[in-house]
Amino acid sequence: MIRVELVKLVRRPRTWVTVALLCALPVVVAAFLATSHLAPAPGKGPAFLSAVLNNGSLYPAAALAMIVPVFLPIAVAVLAGDSIAGEAAGGTLRYLLVRPVGRTRLLVAKLVSVTAFVAISIVAVVATSYLAGVLLLGDAPPAAVGEAGGVTSLSGAPLTPGQLALRILGTVGFIIVSMLGVAAIALFLSTLTDSALGAALGALAVLVTSDVLATLDAAAAVQPYLPTRYWFAWIDFFRDPVFWRDIERGLGVQAVYLGLLLAASWANFMTRDITS
Amino acid sequence: MTDIDLTVTPVADHTDRPVIRTTALTKRYGPVLAVDAVHLEVRPGDRYGLLGPNGSGKTTLVRMLLGLVFATSGRIELLGAPVPARVSDVLPDVGALVEGPAGYPHLSGRTNLALIDAAGPGGGRRTRRARIGTALERVGLAGVDARPVRAYSLGMRQRLGLAAALLRTPKLLILDEPTNGLDPRGIREIRDLLAELNQSGTTVFLSSHLLPEVEQLCTRVGIVDRGRLVLQDDLAALRAPTGNVVVRTPDADAAVAMLDGTVRARDGDRLTVAHPDPATLNARLVGAGLRVAAISRERRSLEQVVLESTTTSADRIDLGYAGQPR
Repeated sequence: MIRVELVKLVRRPRTWVTVALLCALPVVVAAFLATSHLAPAPGKGPAFLSAVLNNGSLYPAAALAMIVPVFLPIAVAVLAGDSIAGEAAGGTLRYLLVRPVGRTRLLVAKLVSVTAFVAISIVAVVATSYLAGVLLLGDAPPAAVGEAGGVTSLSGAPLTPGQLALRILGTVGFIIVSMLGVAAIALFLSTLTDSALGAALGALAVLVTSDVLATLDAAAAVQPYLPTRYWFAWIDFFRDPVFWRDIERGLGVQAVYLGLLLAASWANFMTRDITS
Repeated sequence: MTDIDLTVTPVADHTDRPVIRTTALTKRYGPVLAVDAVHLEVRPGDRYGLLGPNGSGKTTLVRMLLGLVFATSGRIELLGAPVPARVSDVLPDVGALVEGPAGYPHLSGRTNLALIDAAGPGGGRRTRRARIGTALERVGLAGVDARPVRAYSLGMRQRLGLAAALLRTPKLLILDEPTNGLDPRGIREIRDLLAELNQSGTTVFLSSHLLPEVEQLCTRVGIVDRGRLVLQDDLAALRAPTGNVVVRTPDADAAVAMLDGTVRARDGDRLTVAHPDPATLNARLVGAGLRVAAISRERRSLEQVVLESTTTSADRIDLGYAGQPR
């Protein structure tokens, strides 16, 4: 069933349109930067952007910082919201279940499919933005910052290409886990309703609420538990040494959300009458 | 497709345990009793027709048989396995069409069949292509091209849904409204196909709101009315002679006088006479110099049976009834 879901994912035009759009944003930004050389001042604008003018090798990190707040969560919410509700609305859910595909199996396959989508998107964004960064912004920084040919971490110390690759790998993993939290919310809503749109919008509503509360001092008490609170903790991978505290907390929060929501999705889906 | 004699008795082995058996099966949606204490019994080799108007609970019943909807109370046995506890053990041997066909609209018919076949157990990967070809041929889609299902007509979708049900040579076919969207020729083809499958040992269980569909195909009939199974019997028994003879004669008055007391009803020149044998009655009438235009045993039509066993149209809502829990 997992194989079938993956086939459905890659044969669906929507998947590739979404991935292409995700890749396009950083490329467009790189083009503007390369032609204008006007980077945001350090501390303003998307993370890393002030640094990339010096070295395009760090551009994948800047690209991830661009898609993580809005683009990627929307894509994940739409895809995960569609997973069960979309099959229900299209009438294919009942045929899958009488095939028979166990309900647990179906949920797992859907989750794997969403994970694969997130992985494909992020890898595609990292690859295209690396190319765009190196081609448009160049990888030989002026000698002013660090040694020639090196990438500096946010703390100022130089990073070797090996370190950089490892840290980007860690970032990719962290973002996948964060997006799985989004997927779990949308998947749960997807088992509640037969409307894929409703499930996706519901998940986005949760994220927007979380974002608002995350910046609200009055809500400080709940902030450590918000799903979006540690979304940017991966930036700490680019400090020297890596600042692990928020990364660990972020993974912990997502693990709790994943566990609870997947259990709720499962319990709901197992006992639900399929009347679509 | 060749013409098949639909009157041949199917290969039924009545000593076997039932293919479908439900015991006091009940489903309640809030205050609405959708299925009410149904005792359904489908025997191996049956061509069973579940007849009832739209909204009478047929689809809910079918969904419960397949484990899609969970019963409020009562028991279900499908091919010997309790539903829903062990339904996945027997579902590979069941082909189903539930409330219209469905497919992924952007994929071709063949790809859709391949995906659904690969999704579950009981369909070998090496035989898949051949099985898909055979199934498409059986339902009359052998020449189907790479067009996406989105572009299919309603009839083509229906045929594709049937092909999906036939992919793994099922022991039991559960078909909800199988001829929906088909033209008269298509309906005839599907009826022939189902009869042919039944000849080769497949038990066919279909639900329909169309009387002729059930009357022309099925050997056994269940009638659902407002969630209750009000009648379940062999079609032949339901349509057995009533013991009356229907006579059409231009000399109706003289006939009534002659058959005094045995005439049950008269409608113009049409007399219903209590008499066991049309041949002797005919001889008597003709012997007395009366002209007989037509004479035959009276049989109840399935329509009469349905009208006698059901109350009112299920989609009709009369004053004082609406909104009341059943």
